[in-house]
Amino acid sequence: MAVVELIGIKKYFGHVKAVDGIDLEIKDGEFLALLGPSGSGKTTLMRLIAGLESSTEGKIIINGEIVNEVPPRARGIAMVFQSYALYPHKTIFKNIAFPLVVEGLNKESIKKKVLWAAGLLGIGHLLGRMPSQVSGGEKQRVAIARALVRRPKVLLMDEPLSNLDAKVRHTAREELKLFQREIGVTTVYVTHDQAEAMGLGDRIAVMNEGIIRQIGTPEEIYHEPVNTFVAGFVGIPPMNFIEQDSVIIGFRPETFLPTELITDKDLMKLRFRVERVENLGSYRLIYGTIGDVKVISNLSLPYPIKEREEYDFSVRLQDIRYFDKEKGVSIKK
Amino acid sequence: MKERYLLERENILAPLLLFPVVIYVILLVGFPFVMAFVYSFSNVTVGNPDYKIVGIRNFIDIIGDKVFQKSLGNTFIFTFVSISIVLILSHILAEVLIREFRGKWLVRFLILMPWTAPIALGTIGYLWFLDSVFSPIDWILRSFGLLGSPDALLGPMSNMYWLGRPGLAMVSVILVHVWRLLPLGTVILIAGMNSIPREILEAAQVDGAGYFRRLFNITLPLLFPVIGVTVLFAALFTFTDMTVVWVLTMGGPPPHSTQVLASLAFLKGIQGGDLAQGAAISLFFFPVLAGVAAIVLGLVKKAVVT
Repeated sequence: MAVVELIGIKKYFGHVKAVDGIDLEIKDGEFLALLGPSGSGKTTLMRLIAGLESSTEGKIIINGEIVNEVPPRARGIAMVFQSYALYPHKTIFKNIAFPLVVEGLNKESIKKKVLWAAGLLGIGHLLGRMPSQVSGGEKQRVAIARALVRRPKVLLMDEPLSNLDAKVRHTAREELKLFQREIGVTTVYVTHDQAEAMGLGDRIAVMNEGIIRQIGTPEEIYHEPVNTFVAGFVGIPPMNFIEQDSVIIGFRPETFLPTELITDKDLMKLRFRVERVENLGSYRLIYGTIGDVKVISNLSLPYPIKEREEYDFSVRLQDIRYFDKEKGVSIKK
Repeated sequence: MKERYLLERENILAPLLLFPVVIYVILLVGFPFVMAFVYSFSNVTVGNPDYKIVGIRNFIDIIGDKVFQKSLGNTFIFTFVSISIVLILSHILAEVLIREFRGKWLVRFLILMPWTAPIALGTIGYLWFLDSVFSPIDWILRSFGLLGSPDALLGPMSNMYWLGRPGLAMVSVILVHVWRLLPLGTVILIAGMNSIPREILEAAQVDGAGYFRRLFNITLPLLFPVIGVTVLFAALFTFTDMTVVWVLTMGGPPPHSTQVLASLAFLKGIQGGDLAQGAAISLFFFPVLAGVAAIVLGLVKKAVVT
C-alpha cells in the first residue's frame, strides 16, 4: 500500500524548475532515500511532501487523502531538519513534548510519550538539559525523538547526519536503520551522500535537475544503472566510461583488474597506462588512461603496480554495461 | 618594537580610538550631569548665579508640588503607552517587512522616513496636521459625517481640537511620539527576526503549531533579548523627550495636561529661571532610567545564557 503518492509534481521558483514532473509511490514502512547532487531538487521535493512549499502542479496524496491544500500540521508527517532545529529556549523534555502540547494532550500522557520516545533513542538522561548543553549526535537524537513522539505516518529527514563528524556518522547511520526497522515508520530520507543512501535505503530515488533519474533497490542502482548520470553519480569512485563505436561502455573500478587476476574466460582486454597509485590501506586506487580516456581501477588484491608503466587489465563481459552514445540511456547487449 | 608598528599594539590603539568618545562624554554628558547635581542642592537662578547650598530643599519643594506630581504621572503614562504601542506596531511591521513583496522598498522607505527627519521639523508638520481650525483630519471626519453635524459620532462641534482638550492632547502627543519611535523599533525587530533560523519556525510548523502558537511559544521567547533592547532604547528616548510635547502643546492645555518631566524641567529651570529646581527635576530621571537599564540588561543577560 502506498502511504505517499506523488503524481506529476512540479515546483517552479520563477524560471527555476526545482522539481520538474515527478511520479513516486512510497510504500508502507519503506525507507526511501532521495539521492542527488546539490540543486537536484531533492530537498524541495521533501518540503513539498511536508507542506512547507506548495506545488506548482500535481497531486500529493498521503494515506489516501489529497493533501495539496492541507497545512503541514494536519498531514500526519514529521520532519527532522538538517540543523535539527531544536528550540534553543526549551529543555530537551519540552522540545520533545512540543508537538504533543500543541495537540492539547494532558500532562500525564505527554510525559508518558516523551519518556517512550526518549527511551527509544537512549536520551532519557538528557531531558532536563538545554539544547546548547548536548552534543551534535545527541541533538540529532532529540530531533528524531521530537519527530517520532506523535507517531507520524511519514517521517521526513533532510540530511540528518550531515552535521555530525565522520566518526559519529557511521554509528548514527547504523542506529538509524535498526531503529527505523524496529518502529517501522515510513521514511523519506534526503541525502547527497551515496553511502548513506546505499546503506539505509530500501529503495533509492536518484534525482537530478528536478527529475527522478532512476528508482530502485541499492543493488539495482549500483549494478543496473539506467543511464550514464546514475552510473556516474553512484559509486566512489564512479563508473568508468569509454566510447566504442556507437556505444558507451561502462564498468565499475573494482571490476577493472589485471588480467592475470581474473579466472573468467569472457573478458574484454584493455591496455592500461598507470599514472598514479593511491594506497588507501585495504585497497588501492589506480588512476590511469586507456587510449586517452581517464579511468580508475580499485584494486584490493596484492599485485605489483608501478606508476607510469603499462599493464594488461581486463573487465569480465558480464560486468560491462552499455549506454547509448546520444541519450546516455542503458542498452542491453 | 619599531615605531611604525605602534598603531598595531592594542595598548596604544585602544586608548587612541577611545579618546574622542571619552572627551565627548565628559564634556557633553559628564559635565552637565555634575552641574545638575551641584545646582540641585543650591539656590542658583538664572538672574542670580550666587551659589549657596540649601540641602535637599529643592527636592522637598518639587515633590510636594502638584504640577510635578502631575508631570511625573504623565511621563509614566506617556512612556508606558508609547512603548506598548511601538512594540506591537513594530512587530507587525517587522513581520511584514521580512517577507518579499512588490513595492517593499516603498513601504520600507516610508517607515524609515520619520527617523531621518529632524524631530522638531516632523513634529511641526503634525502641529499643522492637528491644528484646531485647519486640521485635515477634521476635514476628512466632517466629509464622512463623523463630525460637525448634530447626530455625528464624534460630536456636533466643527473641529476635534486635537491639542486643545486634555485627554485628546495626550493621545495626540503619544501618537506623534509613536510615529517617531516606530522606525527604531521596527529596524531592531527586523534584525532580531532575521536572526531566528528559518528551520526552527518550520519545525514548529511541522510540529503542528499555528501562527499564534509559533508567535508566543517560539518567536517571542527567542526575540526576548532584542525586545529588551528595544524597550530600553524606547524608554530612554521617551522618558527624556520633550521635543514632541513642547512643539505640540508646550505642556498644555492647562492645567499641565501633557506636561512631562523633561518639559517641566525646561519650563522651571530655563524659562522660569529657577536653575536649581530645574536641575532637581531633571535629576529624577537618573534613578528611574538607571533602574530600567539595570532591569532590562539583567533580563537580557539571563535570556542569552539559557
